Parts: sequence; structure tokens; C-alpha cells
Amino acid sequence: MLRPRIIPSLLLHDKGLVKTVNFKSPKYVGDPINAVRIFNEKKVDELAFFDIDATALNKEPDYTLIEKLANQSRMPLCYGGGVKTIEQAQKIFGLGIEKIALSSAVIQNPKLVTQIADRVGSQSVIVVLDIKKKLLGGYEIYTHNGKKSTGINPVKFAKELEALGAGEIIINSIDQDGVMKGYDLNLIDKIAETISIPLTVLGGAGSMSDIEKVIEKHGVIGVAAGSLFVFKGPYKAVLINYPTQIEKNKIFKINKSGNTE
Amino acid sequence: MITLIDYGVGNIFAFQNVYKRLDIPTKIAKTYEDLSDAKKLILPGVGSFDYAIEQLNASGMREKLDELVLEQKVPVIGICVGMQMMGNRSDEGKLEGLKWIDSEILKFDESIIKQRTKLPHMGWNDVSPVKNHPLFIGLEKEAIFYFLHSYYFKCNNPTESIAVSDYGISFTSAVNRDNVFGIQFHPEKSHQYGEKLLHNFAML
Repeated sequence: MLRPRIIPSLLLHDKGLVKTVNFKSPKYVGDPINAVRIFNEKKVDELAFFDIDATALNKEPDYTLIEKLANQSRMPLCYGGGVKTIEQAQKIFGLGIEKIALSSAVIQNPKLVTQIADRVGSQSVIVVLDIKKKLLGGYEIYTHNGKKSTGINPVKFAKELEALGAGEIIINSIDQDGVMKGYDLNLIDKIAETISIPLTVLGGAGSMSDIEKVIEKHGVIGVAAGSLFVFKGPYKAVLINYPTQIEKNKIFKINKSGNTE
Repeated sequence: MITLIDYGVGNIFAFQNVYKRLDIPTKIAKTYEDLSDAKKLILPGVGSFDYAIEQLNASGMREKLDELVLEQKVPVIGICVGMQMMGNRSDEGKLEGLKWIDSEILKFDESIIKQRTKLPHMGWNDVSPVKNHPLFIGLEKEAIFYFLHSYYFKCNNPTESIAVSDYGISFTSAVNRDNVFGIQFHPEKSHQYGEKLLHNFAML
């Protein structure tokens, strides 16, 4: 049985890992290479890294760091941040990344999805959409760490991205980011109803039960979280954590004992 | 020693790292000269079928590989698109495959996948191997592996299928004919299960 994916989502800033709240006030949570090592031990389904400096500061992806992350990783890796061209995407695949998340570049030029998919296959082209609620209802896509509004409706855009050949869409709720009070379930429903390519949801998980709720409703889906897997306790002490195979099987309703040695 | 075929497609370093942890030496081959002492080969692959075939042709290693695999019977394992390249042809492209195993690469039929998410087949799935195959020693029961693909390998000789997985249909997730092996999933990204499989390949 194909399982849902539970994905720690980590933000890169100044070569360190940070966690934000509503895309603001980045708090240092550790060293990225060390985090990969710990997540290896925890047998994570997939790991996602987003460089929050690259687009905002108009920088190239940090290939040296990406290579180090890929070399350490025994699980599939997704990288996002500052990727604008096929050449950049190919360079990153060559470093050992399975999935590349595109964002602002695709919003400016949606055809980039098709161009990259033709070269590397749809399965590896991910688009991440940073989404904010509008004051008078509905949703809108933002870029540049939530600073630039685009006027684009994410539901319509997700459909368009599917047609252009995207292999997966990650929706990231700016309103829920770092708040740890649960996902925006309404937003998830709307996007999930629209597309048939894999969907990963991010923003708001405060407990495993928040993750369970999404899986119960949507079955095979990617459920990503930042704060939940890097903080512990009411004072948000930094402590990397992740459910065991047995805990995951319970959520996935799988009766295998699993191998968690 | 394991020779990793580096033709610009796929993730050589991940395999190198797994074997480093297993204390098994590896060598990266970028030219046909690098292949001269190959005892065991890994053909990785990420990306689209035609692009991968084109890159392999352009690497200058294609003929030497045919000789090693078909005449000298050097064991070789293709990973993901690397497996698909070993077939006759693919729905994904127009170019001919390596034809090391009589097979077609077909696109999954989305209409029989009973969930909202259709393609790609992405994530961790069960792999059921045939009994006592040396590639799957220790992986008969609880093993799960990471998949990322939209096309699957259909053997024209069903006995060459050595493991199946379910995604709408039951499809071949591992294949073996003589010295030629292929696996659809990513052992280099499948934690201890993948490490065990790559170890098994090295021990063949």
C-alpha cells in the first residue's frame, strides 16, 4: 500500500536552520547537516529544505550546502529556493536531490514547469505555493517570503500547474506558519478537490493529531511540518523529533509491525 | 568493487555514500576506459527516458556497456529510469531502450488508481519479492521502499519479474534476467532497507 508521507520542512537562512512564525521572525534552530543526520536516524519519509534567502536576496542556490545535505541524506530530499532555470535545476539534481521545488520563478513564468519537466520528468518538479487568506474571503498566492502579493488565485493556479506538467504541489499557509494550531483544512480541501497530482500541505501542525486529521480525510497525501518536528514543549525548546514507524503505521492504519530498530 | 556509471543523469553520490558506510569500495566511470576493470555495475537514472538514453549514448560508454553486460555477463543493476532504460521502449519517449531485458515501459493507467492522487506514484510502498531471491535476502517481510515514477516496467517474460508492488495494478518493481537486475524504487533513499538491498547486490 502506498503510504501518506510525513515530511519535516526545514528553512535555510544564513547557512543555518531557522523556524519562522507567519513567515517572520526567524529563530535559529540548528545546523542543517546535523539535522539531516538526526532525521536519517529517525527514518523520515522525506525531507524538505527551503532556502528563504535565495529569492528574497536574488541569490543563486547554495550548491555547496545542497551537495552536503544530499550526501548526508539517506532519505528523499526536496530542495526549494532561488531556482529559476533548467540549468540550475539540473545542477541541483546532479548533486543528489530528487525533487526541486519551484516557486516565484514559476509564478512569473508558468511555462518553466513544462521546460524543466521535459528534461527531468514531471515526477521531480514540485511547485510550492505560499498562500494567504484574503480579508474578504478566498486565498491569494504570495512570493518573496510572504512580502509580495501576486493577485493569483491558488486554486485556479494549481489546476494550471497540473496541466503544465508539475509532479506535485506543496501548499504553504502563511497564516498558519509556526502558529501550531492546526492546518487550514478548508484550503487543503479546495486544492485537493482540484488536482490529481500529489499534494503536500504545510503550515500549522502543532501535534500528531493535526497530521492525523489531514490523513484521515485525504488518504495518500504529503503532510509537512516545521515547528512540530524541531520544537518540544510549551517553551518551544529546540529538539528534533519525529514519529516512529509504529506510530506512523497506527496513523496510516497499517497492521505491519514495522522495523524500527 | 562497484562501478557507478556516471553519464550525467542520476545520483551517483548517494550510492557512493551508501557503499562507504558499508565499507565496500566504489569507482565512478565517466568514460569507456573507466569501465575496463568493472566487476559490478550500477546504472542510476533520474529524469525522462529519452534524455537518459541520449546522455548515455553521448557518454561514449554505451558500446562498452553492451559488451560487459551481454558478452562478459558482468552483473548490472539499473535503478528507476536506469531500470526502464534496460527495456525495449517506453511510452515516455521515442528512442529505443538498451534491450537488455525483453520488456515495455508503460504509463500507469490513471483510471484504475482508486484514490484522488494519481500520478506520479510517489512515496513509500510495499515490495513483495519472490522467495529466496539473493537480492532480497532479509527483505522478504517488512521492507518498504521509496518510489517516484509515472511509468512502469512490464516484462514480456513474467518469470523475470522478481518483485511486485501495487499501484492500481500489480506491477514489476524488480526484475532479473541472468546478470541483469533492475529495481524501480530508490534503494539509495530507502533507509536501512535500501542499504540492505545494495549490500545484497554487492554480495552476489
